[in-house]
Amino acid sequence: MSVFAKKVLGVGLSVVLVGILIGLYVANWATSFPPSTAATNAPTAGGGSNLTLETVAAVGPQLSPSHPTWVSYLARQNGQWVHSTTYIVPANTVVHVTLYQFDSPTGLRNPFLSQVQGTVGGTESIDGKLTNGIPPEEASHTFAVPELGVFVPLPGVSEEAKHPCEEAPCEPSKYDHRTITFSFKTGKKGRFRWQCFVPCGAGYIAGNGGPMQTLGYMGGFIDVV
Amino acid sequence: MTTTTESAPTPAPTHRPLWRRLIGFNLLTAVILAVVGYYLGWLLGHHIGGKSYSYEEKSGENDVALLLAYTFSVIGFLVGLGFANYPLSRMLGRPASMREKESAGIGRYFGLCTDHKVVGIQYLVGIGVFFFIGGLNAMLIRTELLHTTPTFVGPNQYLTLVGMHGTMMMGMMTSGILGPFANYFVPIMIGARRMAFPRIEALTFWLLMAAGFVLTSTIFFGGFPTGWTGYEPLNDQAVMGMDSYIMFFALVGISMTLLGLNMMATIITMRAPGLTWSRLPIFVWSVFATAVLMVLAAPMLVATLLMAALDRTINTSFFIAGGGGSSYLFQNLFWFFGHPEVYILALPGFGIILELLPVFTRKPLWGYRLAVSGMLGVSLMSFFVWQHHLFVSGINADLRPFYMLSTEIISIPTGFIFMCFMGTMWKARTTFKVPMLFCMAWAFNFLIGGLSGVFLSDTPSDTDTHGSFFVMAHFHYTIMGGLVFSFFAAIYYWVPKMLGLNFNEKLAKAHFWLMFIAFNSTFMPLFVLGMKGMPRRVSSYSPALHTLNVWVSISAFVLGISMLIFLFNVVYSLIFVREKAEANPWNSKSIEWQVPTPVPVHNFDRIPVFDSDPYDYGTPVGGSVGGGGRAAPAGAGA
Amino acid sequence: MTEPNHARRFTTIWAIATIVAMPIVILVIGPIMPPGNGSEQASGKVTDNTVLLAMATPVLLLVTIYLLYATFAFRQEKGAALEGPAVRGDARIQTTWIVVTSLLVLSLAGYGSVRLLSDYGAGSGSGPTPLTVPSGPKLKVQVIAQQWAFTYRYPQYGGIETPHLVLPVGEMVELHVTSLDVIHSFWALQLGVKADANPDVDNVAFVRPTKLQTFEIRCAELCGIWHGAMFDRGKVVSPTAFNTWMSQMQTKFATATKALPPYSRTYLPEPTRRGG
Repeated sequence: MSVFAKKVLGVGLSVVLVGILIGLYVANWATSFPPSTAATNAPTAGGGSNLTLETVAAVGPQLSPSHPTWVSYLARQNGQWVHSTTYIVPANTVVHVTLYQFDSPTGLRNPFLSQVQGTVGGTESIDGKLTNGIPPEEASHTFAVPELGVFVPLPGVSEEAKHPCEEAPCEPSKYDHRTITFSFKTGKKGRFRWQCFVPCGAGYIAGNGGPMQTLGYMGGFIDVV
Repeated sequence: MTTTTESAPTPAPTHRPLWRRLIGFNLLTAVILAVVGYYLGWLLGHHIGGKSYSYEEKSGENDVALLLAYTFSVIGFLVGLGFANYPLSRMLGRPASMREKESAGIGRYFGLCTDHKVVGIQYLVGIGVFFFIGGLNAMLIRTELLHTTPTFVGPNQYLTLVGMHGTMMMGMMTSGILGPFANYFVPIMIGARRMAFPRIEALTFWLLMAAGFVLTSTIFFGGFPTGWTGYEPLNDQAVMGMDSYIMFFALVGISMTLLGLNMMATIITMRAPGLTWSRLPIFVWSVFATAVLMVLAAPMLVATLLMAALDRTINTSFFIAGGGGSSYLFQNLFWFFGHPEVYILALPGFGIILELLPVFTRKPLWGYRLAVSGMLGVSLMSFFVWQHHLFVSGINADLRPFYMLSTEIISIPTGFIFMCFMGTMWKARTTFKVPMLFCMAWAFNFLIGGLSGVFLSDTPSDTDTHGSFFVMAHFHYTIMGGLVFSFFAAIYYWVPKMLGLNFNEKLAKAHFWLMFIAFNSTFMPLFVLGMKGMPRRVSSYSPALHTLNVWVSISAFVLGISMLIFLFNVVYSLIFVREKAEANPWNSKSIEWQVPTPVPVHNFDRIPVFDSDPYDYGTPVGGSVGGGGRAAPAGAGA
Repeated sequence: MTEPNHARRFTTIWAIATIVAMPIVILVIGPIMPPGNGSEQASGKVTDNTVLLAMATPVLLLVTIYLLYATFAFRQEKGAALEGPAVRGDARIQTTWIVVTSLLVLSLAGYGSVRLLSDYGAGSGSGPTPLTVPSGPKLKVQVIAQQWAFTYRYPQYGGIETPHLVLPVGEMVELHVTSLDVIHSFWALQLGVKADANPDVDNVAFVRPTKLQTFEIRCAELCGIWHGAMFDRGKVVSPTAFNTWMSQMQTKFATATKALPPYSRTYLPEPTRRGG
């Protein structure tokens, strides 16, 4: 091999090595999903699964160093609030969702979604009271799984609340919140996306950018297994 | 330049230690100044933007900072390479100078060099690298499409990959032929020693490299969700990574404008004596037609993206209905650039194919005047068809029959190219060397692409296929099947002259056949997918289409393997084997093959005088009809 | 050995191929062309696509057969260095080609325009003021596209909004497609309808469904992260079933209907700019 070929080989191999490292970095970035949370089994006689969620006004630098000011959903796992929006639920079961809502209202852009759809009984329970809809301007977030027909509007914490939770993680015992419970039935296996329909992405056009368009904040998957 | 023979030997370089050689205006300085510029812009942006706009506090993102950071970074990069030296020295009253590192060894390929041949090779490698990156994005996309729901890559990363693939390819391949081959060969083909503006020529290359780097950096800022068309208002709604897209196309737009300007000036003013317009090689004509489009259409892109950047940074509402703007404005402005853009991609392909055919068929180019009018006709008509991208978008219904008519009409000059192709092959004596194989493949691929375009230009039919995989198949057949195949034809044809080395023919043939078969296997089913209802840019699709998508993905992986065969051939033949090429391996009568290999720095000892076009092949036939036939002996002297 | 008459040979091969292919294209492939026969507009487009394919087939055969013929008939003999005839053009062939291709494309443009206007836009979104409007009673349905779902409003039934689209068979439907935020596109594949949804724009499309079926609705314009997941299933049912469904919807969504703004051709609900 000539000297020239050796030089080129040396340079070429190092370029290829750097290229491969960059490629691995990009592949890692592309294939990264936020963590998944599995629904726990309900201890009641009726069976089903439990999912405990909360929505917060700002997710904070601990849980999201890159976007601390964004609104987000959090899930309860092993007594901790984790930054996860992929929920694993069993097929053909009733999923009971308990949701603690800490954010202030923004209002729905389409008031049609202020009526509860797709839940068991067509209702949700807000702070203990059953209702089938909320005033659209009071909505702070929604939990919607369009492919399963589930649309649940979540009312906001009043602006005059004494102890609003500014940043996650928010404990229900410490801060003002709304407690919302509802249940929905799952059918066959599959991966269904869920999203929020309230324009809560502050600072983005129509409120639908940023956290609304990034997995792990205001949208995720329901993995029916 | 005068015709004095200037072949004095270069003085032996004095040996300086490495660290001293690294100081100066070179790539290292450029990278350092780019980083400095980036942080300077970022700092400035935070001071300007951070406190003035409440939405920046809420979203936590500062688009002003990123755009300024990119701008200062690119300026630093260009200053570091030495582009500011000449303008500054002239402003200070120093005399004009020409040469810059024209004979300084291999280092001149990594910096500012005004030798058009060096710029050509820089372009070839640079565009090759980004083409490869775009191809890897495509492989990731096809891996995700093996699943019907987002499984392998997240949904927004998928959109970024799709956007990066399209944007990278469109931005890079517009200069795909003009960059490497026109820069290298147009001056030689017209008998000139250089391009009209050598420094601008080098600038277009380095702008493109900076642009490619800016685009790939989008993954650090969250990517962009709009695909290569960057439609508003989604564009305005996107996170910071969108600014990388805006900056990329701004730089590419400037690079394209300058490239086109340079080509036009060179071809119009620097032709050697005797080279009348009707004796110009058809490749040079295609470059000219493309250059006209670049100069007229690319500035539109830069202006449109400036408006988009203003919407994103200082909260104007050019494109936001809530502020009095219109989403239609962006669509129209973008496609006014976007349609000439696709002809910028197609025309050089036409030129390459028609340039190569006479060499391998041993016949003069059939219908030279027709080919030229076809190219110029396409160039002119391409400005009158853009609303066919907007047929179902709710534009004024009166306009649609007009745009249907104009789009159908543009297929007439495109058809001239096919007629010239077929006429040249009639009763020819064809040798099927690798470049010729790529020409034949071009004809088949562009035919399918063009015919599918006729379907898309018919508004009723377009209603079902717009925004679906049918459109994807159409433009992949015309752009990849057309331009990329002619790109490879040009590589196999001209690299023996550019680098003086031969490719391994067996590997080249394997590359061709695998690529042609895998390409058709990948993109032909996309027509069916589109007609069965799969929209573009989706990572969730109907389970009924799963099997077909798996077939397409596997074919795409095979297509990727064919590219690896090409890369292997490059490394094997050009680095290890290094078989020296003869001066004229294809026995071509075109002037670039009459100069020795490697091409001397000033191209010619004496400026040649032309007395015919370079298509003087064939045995004279009694009473031949048609333009320009003469039995004169071979063309230019050297 | 005398040269065979290539012109005659090639033309014969091409003519035979065309004569064999055309009936297959028109009679076998034509009827199964998309978008199917789910509506008047869709059936019209099956015809249009058949016509386009029939006109494209001879061209496709011409060039493809020529390429194959030239590959086999016009080769350089092994080891030889012969040249072909130095013919640079033929005025007759060039003129014929130009005239034939021009007639072909101009007639296609004319045919397309006629079909576009006679089929009331052929299912495409024709903007707020379509050129041809069908006479007679029309069922008005507003398709509201938002990030990332379609909802549907029926102004003739009290302005109620429903999450799924149900249409009665045989009736002319006037679709008004609009968006609340970014550009979407309402694509009902089997009905042959595609209309972009732009914010603050009312995009009108006409369709008369002719088959009882479930049809697929997809978003055909990239609108963000869940663009691919923005799909729905619509239904074409008999008029009586439609009325039953409508009264069910009016009962079910009574709460929501009270909260809705009055029906309007476009909506720009807050926030429209960079809200928060």
